[in-house]
This record gives sequence, structure tokens and C-alpha cells, in this order.
Amino acid sequence: MMSQSSLKKRVAALKLPVEYWSIRCVQMKTDTLCARQGVLNPPCTTSDRGFLVTVLNEGGVGYAATPDDSHSSLQAAFESAMNWARISGKYALFEPKSFPRTKAHGSYGSPVKKAFSKMSLARKVQMLKEVSSELKFDERIVDWSASLMNQSSAVHYINSDGAYLEQEFNLFQPDLSATAHTSGQTQTRTLSGHGVAKQSGLELLEEIHFEQIAKRVAEEALELVMAENCPSGARDLLLAPDQMMLQIHESIGHPLELDRILGDERNYAGTSFVKPDMFGKYQYGSKLLNVTFDPAYHGELASYSYDDDGARAQKAYLIRDGLLKRPLGGLLSQARADMLGVSNSRASNWNRPPIDRIANVNVEPGDSSLEDMISQVEKGIYMKSNLSWSIDDSRNKFQFGCEWAQLIENGRLTRVVRNPNYRGISANFWRNLTAVGNKKTNEVYGSMMCGKGEPNQAIHVGHASPACLFKGVDVFGGQK
Amino acid sequence: MKAQDYFYALADRLQSHIQVGEVFTCWYSGEESDFVRFNKSKIRQAGSVNQGLISVNLIKNQRQSSFEFGLSGDIERDGKTLEKLFSEQRKHVKHLPADPHVLFSESVHSSESTHESQLSSSESVVDQVLSLSKNLDLVGIFAQGPVYRGFANSMGQRNWFSKHTFNLDYSIYLRDDKAIKADYAGFVFEQNHLEREFELVQDKLKVLREPAQALKPGKYRVYLAPSAVNELVGILNWGAFSEKAFQTKQSPLSKMRDSAARFNPMFSLGESTAQGAGPLFQAQGFMKPGNVSLIQNGKLTNSLISPRTAKEYGLHTNGANASESPEAFELRAGDLSRNDVLKKLDTGIFIGNLWYLNYSEWQSARITGMTRFACFWVENGEIKKPLNVMRFDDSLYSIFGDNLEALTKESDFILDPQTYGERSTCSAHLPGALVKEFRLTL
Repeated sequence: MMSQSSLKKRVAALKLPVEYWSIRCVQMKTDTLCARQGVLNPPCTTSDRGFLVTVLNEGGVGYAATPDDSHSSLQAAFESAMNWARISGKYALFEPKSFPRTKAHGSYGSPVKKAFSKMSLARKVQMLKEVSSELKFDERIVDWSASLMNQSSAVHYINSDGAYLEQEFNLFQPDLSATAHTSGQTQTRTLSGHGVAKQSGLELLEEIHFEQIAKRVAEEALELVMAENCPSGARDLLLAPDQMMLQIHESIGHPLELDRILGDERNYAGTSFVKPDMFGKYQYGSKLLNVTFDPAYHGELASYSYDDDGARAQKAYLIRDGLLKRPLGGLLSQARADMLGVSNSRASNWNRPPIDRIANVNVEPGDSSLEDMISQVEKGIYMKSNLSWSIDDSRNKFQFGCEWAQLIENGRLTRVVRNPNYRGISANFWRNLTAVGNKKTNEVYGSMMCGKGEPNQAIHVGHASPACLFKGVDVFGGQK
Repeated sequence: MKAQDYFYALADRLQSHIQVGEVFTCWYSGEESDFVRFNKSKIRQAGSVNQGLISVNLIKNQRQSSFEFGLSGDIERDGKTLEKLFSEQRKHVKHLPADPHVLFSESVHSSESTHESQLSSSESVVDQVLSLSKNLDLVGIFAQGPVYRGFANSMGQRNWFSKHTFNLDYSIYLRDDKAIKADYAGFVFEQNHLEREFELVQDKLKVLREPAQALKPGKYRVYLAPSAVNELVGILNWGAFSEKAFQTKQSPLSKMRDSAARFNPMFSLGESTAQGAGPLFQAQGFMKPGNVSLIQNGKLTNSLISPRTAKEYGLHTNGANASESPEAFELRAGDLSRNDVLKKLDTGIFIGNLWYLNYSEWQSARITGMTRFACFWVENGEIKKPLNVMRFDDSLYSIFGDNLEALTKESDFILDPQTYGERSTCSAHLPGALVKEFRLTL
């Protein structure tokens, strides 16, 4: 990685007759290892580095991305960005003074106890093969896989106001999958719906008992393939944290993104049923609902100290006691909307400019134990691990499906059922939140693949949540 | 240095570096893109991206390992990095278990597909777009520039593909979620074409001004415009034609192979690489056939077989990519004239776009998703009112099966506007579809 002094020296040699500039340098390395049906796919290491140059000049903002750190290439990138700033200035959507500037100095590092490189390739391969054997414990398991993904990155940011930020991240995602087939029925169970992803080193493997849980994952796939279909009708719905992740993401995270509310995403990711005048007044959910933007949550996937516009990131309540408080909007969106937001201006890599992203958005724990919640349900269902997701472009009418579910009858967990789905409307759904699990039920999940933006950007997000109980939800199963 | 020469020089350097018994395959993906993002007929973000990624697979003694790295643009530095990473792989690969599914093309099929750029300057296009839309609320993206794909291997095969395209993917909003979505993509940007598109959009906007009608859940007669058909057919990219998915009972179309399940006889779908917008070669060096029939007259005819799956199950590859997903769908057109669509629909819903599809039960190919943008209530062959968005949940065996009444004579060529990581080279050639019953649920 280029040092601070080296980066500054390169820039000092450039001709930069502009009002303001910044450079974000991203160096990323991703290792993937996957054994499918016990056979190792070719291991792959991807490494990449590049620079995003941003210029504010002539009343507009322009950017240019280049992988080349030579003097001539960086100069060419600046000139390209200057040209785009000139063109943007002719049709600027916002006042140049709205563009975020910072003088911050700071750093961040992911909490890693045991680096990915500390385990030999041979040992990792051996572990995946052993885990694969555990997954394939029955002839009805027709497909199975075990994988590890580790992504390390260093992000350096400097600007013409003197800021210097240095952040290093390590994202780690182990995964398991088992598919069972019998009598014309196929069901798949994975490691929490592919949701186990944290800022961590290999210690996460021990935390989740990666080498011990494989057989249980496959057993649950078999359990599902033999189960009856999920019944249809209104039921109380208890969601495990690995489905709450998706529920928070789609029906709280995205609708609160300020750039959606400002219309930037209307051609692609969509708009929002939330309007600017609803903040501070709108009852988003029941009084039990407390939602935070928390970039300091230990080990959560999208933790950081500064966003990609250089804004210091701090925890903030988005929803408190059910009342909508503030949007997910970075400094530029805040200036455009004239409202407070959070530091969530993020870019997926060096080749994309930052936009408002979800980052870590969490439901704060309440005071109910899992047993308490189950015991208060007469006719309900407990769903785990996301499988299917669909929501309208205003983030209101949704339909989600899970890998696994168990009926709740007269206060007790009873039969496992397959193909569980539920649908609802965000605005009503959260108001029917009737119990929030305590800290003991709280779990942390993440996704590497939240898609948004034009040009498109897939980025990592984190969601921590306790189990939560919702009243009277429209639940249904499959046809088969 | 031109991108093609740059890639070939690196491939030659790798060629001179290999030792006895070693095989390499090498894939290149690069672009020089301008991206201009619009909101409210103004510029939200504008910039340029130059990038190139090279992926190398080293095979030795039936073992294989791979690496990818982003090219810096400095040929000497990239050459050294390539050699260094290759040497590291050489050390790793001997510690890996043998891979029984290794398959690469051993016969040499070099090819070259290039053309000169006919693109206008991005600034002139932006000036035209924003001048024509100055009294409208336009939001979307303009992307243009060359896209490159290359392949090389140690047997001396060299393949090159480049295209200089533009894609204006936009919506024009009236209010809230009421908008017309359109896309103008190709090789030569013509202001007259855009003017005509904008005139058509403005005609449609007039209907959107009417108060929106809310529908109750139920079954409706619908016309699906090609963009909506693209979403339904597009979800078949999620493993539906994958041979590996068929073998492991995970294809949403498994019932077609394992039982008598069929689509309507008028439904014939293929992977038409020859008519598509991407390269004719794939990452292991196999050439793609111009056309692979996937469903013929409603019956499943072929799957997509990657080299790895071919080796595993003793089949012949048909040049599929590693995920065995189509990149250039072509749905055979029907006999319904687009001019007669409203008359034939009579009373029902004109669906311009669908959105955010997912499987609600993949074994039954049951799909859920939303209507989006311009959807209209039609009575007695006349558009009456715009509709509020609705959720649907229905099986493709129903939509493209017994309930498929007609396909239009005319097809749209849709260039995939996606830009995740890089600009897509996927495309689709699709007619509109008249469907007797389409189940709305929320």
C-alpha cells in the first residue's frame, strides 16, 4: 500500500488548478476457497488497487478512476475529473458549497485476532474437506459445499484541505450449504442464509463452531425435505436474527436512505415511502422498535471510523420508541435535504464514487427471552434464515421467504414446515411488533452483496438484531 | 498501447514463463467508461473509469489454482506482477489435491471481433439529453465507451472482443412513483431517435396524469411488454438451465426434465450468442455455439454445460460460463402485431415493467415480484387509467404455459444496462406476451 508521504508526494507534483480535490486509494485482496461435493474448486486470490480522484471546480463536481499511480496517469485522471466538473457545473443538481469537505485525520482497523494467512492453505483445504464429509452424511444429500472468503482492504484518503485517513478492513465469510432430495422434493439449508459475515479473522470459525455444525445443517435440510408444507393464513410471526437481518435491510434500511428520498435512485433501486416531512413525526413501528446506525459495533461487517467522504462516523438512533428520527444520509445528502443524517457515504471500490449506503443498521435488544416470546403465542410460526426477498420500489409491499420454520401452537414449538413465506406492508408490519428479544437472543449478521447505485455498486452491510415477534402476519407455503 | 496489444503482450510474457507440464488459461476484462448520472434533469454524478482485470488459471498434474489482479496500465510493472503471482501459484498448486473436474480447450480457436468507435463525445450526448429533457423530470444514467474481453492460453490460442457502445437507461417521472421507463442503447447516438423516444414518453405521461386505480388481488388478463418479459425470463438465469443444477435437483425447471411439465408450445427460448452483444468465447477457451436451443415449442431441449460440469458428468460442454447462465436470451416471436395488443388484451392490465423478482417456491418455478413504472388499466381495448403498483405471485409454468395466449411479432433488443464491477455484455431479444391469467396478491 502506498504510504501517506508517498501519496502526498505524488499529488504535490501534479498541476491542480482547482477549488478542491480529494483522492481515495483502495487496495483490496480477496481469497476464496470452496469445496463442492468434497472436490476443491480452484482456489482464487484477487488483488486490485486504484485511485478515485474527485474535483470540485467551475461550479461542478467530477471524478475519474485510474489503477495507475504514475505521474502522467494521475495527472490525466485529474484533468478528466476537471473536465467532468466543468460539464457538471453546467447542469449541477446541488450547490457546490454543499459538497462535503473535511480536515480530519484518523484511522481504523478491523478487530482481527487470527489473520487468514495464519492458517496454511493445506490446513484450510483439509478443513473444508472434513466439513464436506460431515455435510454428506446421508445419501439423500445430493449437493453440499463448504467455503471461506476473506477480503482485506486498505483505504487511504487525502484532500486539498489537509485531511488524511487510513482505514484497514478485514471481512470474513465462512459458509456451508446442504441440499437434500427425496420423493421429488428438494430443500436446501445453509449457514444462516449465507448471513455469517463479520469483520474478523479466523477466530470466527471457532465462534460459530464451523467444524462442528456441518452435520446439523445437513440434518435440517433432511428434516425440511420430509416436512409438510407451511400452512397459509394469519399467524403471529417470530423471526430469528438471521431473518431479521433481511427484514431490517429491506424495510428499514433502504427506505431510510436519503438519496432515495431525494430521488437519485428512482431509475434503478427505487424511491421510498418515507418523505422528508415524516422525520420526527412518523410512528414507524410500535414503541418497542429502536433502530440504530452503529458504525462502531465490534466486528459487525460495515464498521468504520470515517465514511468515504471523510466524515467521522458515530452511532445514531434512526428510530426511537417507534418514532422516525433521522435518515441514512451522508453529508452531501444532508446538505441537499437540509436535515441531519449519519456518516454513510460509501463506495464499493476505487472505481465508484460514494453514495448513501445502509452500513450497520441494527435493532436494539429489548427485554423478552425467546421462551417468553414463544410462550405468549397461541397460533404462530418461527422462521429462520432468509431464502427469498422481494419488495416494491417504494419499499412498502414486501414478500420474504425463509429456509426453515417451525410452527408455534399454544405456546410451544411444534412441527417443522417447509417453504415458509410471509408478506406484508412495511408501514403496518413494524407497528405490529409485539415483543423484542433480549441481549441473549441478539446476533450479528452481514451481507457482502447489497446492490444499488448507477453505475451499480455491490457493497457489504451489517445487521445485528434480537429475535422479534410480530402479530397477525399473512403466512403461506408452497404448492408442492 | 491498444488494450488488445497490451493483453497479448502479457499473455506472451506468461507463455515464455511456463515450465514443462504446465498449462495456463488467461481471461481479460477491461473498459474505458464514462458514467453520467442524472436526477431531475440535472447531473448528480459524472466521471470516467479506466480498468482492466486479468484472471489466470494454472493447471499442472491435474491440479489447478487461479489468481486475478487489476492491471495498473504500466506494461513492465504488470508483466512483473504477473510473473510473480504465477510463481506463487506454482508453489501453491503442488500442495492442492488433484481436481477431477479440470477441463480446458486443447484445440486452438483464435478469433478477433473488433470495430471502430462511432460514439459521439459524452459531453455532446449529455447536452442533447439535458436540452431535450429540460422541462421534464429525467433520472437515470448514461454510460459509454469501449468494453474489452480477451482470452489466451499456453496452447497459443488468442481471442479478442471489443465493442464501443452507449446505454442511456432512464425514467421520466410525473409524480411519486408514476413514471415512464425507457432505454436507448447502441453504437451511434442519434438525436432524432431520442427526440422520437421523448415524444412517445410524453404521450404516455398524459395517461399517467389520470388518477391511479388500485386493483384488488386476483387473477387478471395482462399484456407484458418486452421489458417485463425480460424480468421473467431473466430470473431463469438463476440456475434454471444449469446442467449442474439439473444434476443436483436444484433447477427451477427440474420438473421439465424429470416429468412431463411443459411450457406453451409457442414458447421457444434459446441462448443466441451470435445475435448477442458479448464475446463468442468463454473463460476456459471454448467457443460458444451461435445458438443453443433451451426450450423448443415448450419442451426443454438443452441445458447449459460448463467445461467443469461436462468433465464431472461425462458430457460435452456447449461453451457455457462457469455459472451456466445464459448471456443472450432469444425468445421466438409470435404472430400478434404490436398494433393489435390493446385490442386483443380487451380488458386487463398493460404491464410495462416488472421489478425485484425472486422465487417464492423455486421447485414450482413460482415467482413473486412487483409491477413498476407505467402500468395501465385497459378496457375494451383502450388505456383508461394508470395503476398503483401491485405484487404478483405466479408460476412460470402458468404464465408461459396454459395461460400464454400470444407473443408479439415484434421483438425488442435489450442491452443489459448493469454495471456491477464492470459494464455487462449480456443482452436479450424478446417479444411482448399476452397472458390470460396473471395472479396479483398484494
